Amino acid sequence: MILNPAIIALVSNAWLISAVTLAAAVLGLRIIRRWDLNSTAGLQLAMERQTYLISSVLTYLLIFELLSLFLFAFTADRLHSLFIGAMCAAGSLNVNAYGYPALQLKLVNCLLCGIWLIVNHVDQQGEDYPLIRFKYRFLTVIAGLLVLESYLLTQYFRHMRADVITSCCGTLFSEDTTSVAGVMAGLPPYPAMIAFYASMALTLRTGIHFLVTGRAIRWFSGFSVVSLAAALVAIISFISVYIYQLPTHHCPFDILQHEYLYVGYPLYLCLLTAGIGGAGAGVIDRFRQHASLAAVIPRVQKKLCLGSLVAYIIFLMISGYPIVFTDYTLSGY
Amino acid sequence: MNRNRYFLDYTLVSLWRRRWKNAALIGVYSAMVFLIASILFFGDSLRRDAAVILQDTPEVVVQRMVAGRHALIPEAYAAAIGQIRGARNIRPRLWGYYYHPASQANYTLMVPADFTYADDQIKIGHGVLRTWAAARDNQLFFKDSDGQALPLTIAETFSGETDLVTADLILMSAATFRRITGTPEGFATDLVGRVRNQQETRTVAAKIVEILPDSRPILREEILRTYDTLFDWRSGYVLVAVSGAMLAFFIFAWDKATGLSAEERAEIGILKGVGWDTGDVLRIKVYEGMAVSLTAFVIGVMAAYAHVYLASAPLFDHALKGWAVLYPQFHLRPVFNGNTLGVLFFFTVMPYTLVTLLPVWRVAIADPDAVMRQLG
Repeated sequence: MILNPAIIALVSNAWLISAVTLAAAVLGLRIIRRWDLNSTAGLQLAMERQTYLISSVLTYLLIFELLSLFLFAFTADRLHSLFIGAMCAAGSLNVNAYGYPALQLKLVNCLLCGIWLIVNHVDQQGEDYPLIRFKYRFLTVIAGLLVLESYLLTQYFRHMRADVITSCCGTLFSEDTTSVAGVMAGLPPYPAMIAFYASMALTLRTGIHFLVTGRAIRWFSGFSVVSLAAALVAIISFISVYIYQLPTHHCPFDILQHEYLYVGYPLYLCLLTAGIGGAGAGVIDRFRQHASLAAVIPRVQKKLCLGSLVAYIIFLMISGYPIVFTDYTLSGY
Repeated sequence: MNRNRYFLDYTLVSLWRRRWKNAALIGVYSAMVFLIASILFFGDSLRRDAAVILQDTPEVVVQRMVAGRHALIPEAYAAAIGQIRGARNIRPRLWGYYYHPASQANYTLMVPADFTYADDQIKIGHGVLRTWAAARDNQLFFKDSDGQALPLTIAETFSGETDLVTADLILMSAATFRRITGTPEGFATDLVGRVRNQQETRTVAAKIVEILPDSRPILREEILRTYDTLFDWRSGYVLVAVSGAMLAFFIFAWDKATGLSAEERAEIGILKGVGWDTGDVLRIKVYEGMAVSLTAFVIGVMAAYAHVYLASAPLFDHALKGWAVLYPQFHLRPVFNGNTLGVLFFFTVMPYTLVTLLPVWRVAIADPDAVMRQLG
């Protein structure tokens, strides 16, 4: 275990968030079982009030999850100097088997929290809380995943051992330890490029189609999730390479550093926004039939679709800039 | 948008109406942020300074071990290490400590590779000049290894900027060093060398151990890594130590958010009576929390910045620096990064927000009729 302020902050807050979400999920379970809008009992009134509490909790949760996602990546990056062979966060996350799963789960949880907030927003527009049961079942899943995330995070930091000098021996000690794999294997750039731009084109095409005709939102939603995955692969495979102008450097974390003008932050924020918007639009499409939501959902979907498209376009522009406007080219590789 | 602006406006006015009560909260909150921010800033700066200092040091230091202890190394070892491909500029170093009874302090003696002054001249740091009790006419009196007095003339002093590393430093010629410390000819304190290719340092170190089994190579990257861990560990421990204070603060915040005055209760009752719903009340309460957090955060960070970088962290530099107290005036170089602010946010604003959420919600759900009945 390395006792570092950032690690203490991440771990203690992960558990704090988990505890608060678990408490919210327990309230949610009661709502799932006992919810009856026609009842005038005190319990029903209390539960209606609790929904406010739970929405506020989840709103904060999304903000904190997003922040901690970046803080985690940043911290992992800062810790790389403690391990032999690690060049950046890609290496320090490889120090043990928990690093990457923790990061991936954090990403997934961010997406899920965002989708939950969209569902919640739609639900509050309907007069009769039409999605209340779905919403709280969804919440229990999120709570479970958050606990798992906290566990992975704790294990990751707990099993970390810095390669430091001990008083009895210098380098010999370090010689015995194996060095971690410092580089990330990326897909070859051209297939990744084709997959990325094809999925982006399909997303934009279906998105515009939906905005014009109001149809095929599920196609858009599906493609935008595929695009999110393709974009993450693309960042590792060629976007980062263009940003660093270094054919061997496939690191998705260094773009968060000031050497590269923090360009990673807008990139990842755009991706998350676009992914959450796209996926959320698809999830709420299931509830179109509800009488009280018939007018609400298409309106919300339009906004989400537009937001998602804008975010993807910004992503394309930022990531495309070094590809188009610098002298660097991958054609030799 | 407009609606939110009105809410925000209302919040700020209501905060201002109860400014003394809120001032107390913001005061304690800022103190909390100040404390934690100071620890983080200080740790960051030390880590950075260590890296800066070590930047130009040689990649490898080779010591000789005898009976598990660091011993003098034969200068002939340098030639053997020089044979290793990739190792270059291997040279012996002479350095040590000198205890001066009159000032009751230990000083560092060193022989630089390019010492230009005569054998009876020295170059010293400011700390030496300040503390050496038996200085006279630009001369310092030493005792050599045979107990004979040895006056040496100060030829030059270091500039104050490098105080952190040069405060206790005395530079002299090799002959004088051997005379004072009794280091025999042909031996050195340790050897240093450069390795041209950074990736090769570990291989070179392994080869050194192979041809000179009684030697202990230490790599610069290892020293750096150890310092990093050490400073992290120290600031981590200080944080754990103040966690009690943090808990106390969060309980205080919880309490403040729970215990509403009759006046505030009435206010919320009336707001709900005139048509605000629970969500609206919750929103102004959340805005209130954000305003308080933001104010305290800014005040705390600025105070910590002044404390650490303008005043050199007088409150706890001993705990974090952990070096001898002879060390003197030095100014930390400001290191300011988003990561530190993020960590600070996670230690203060985030728990505060979560802790106050439940009491705030309790306030927001209050029934207007119940409140107003109490009033009447």
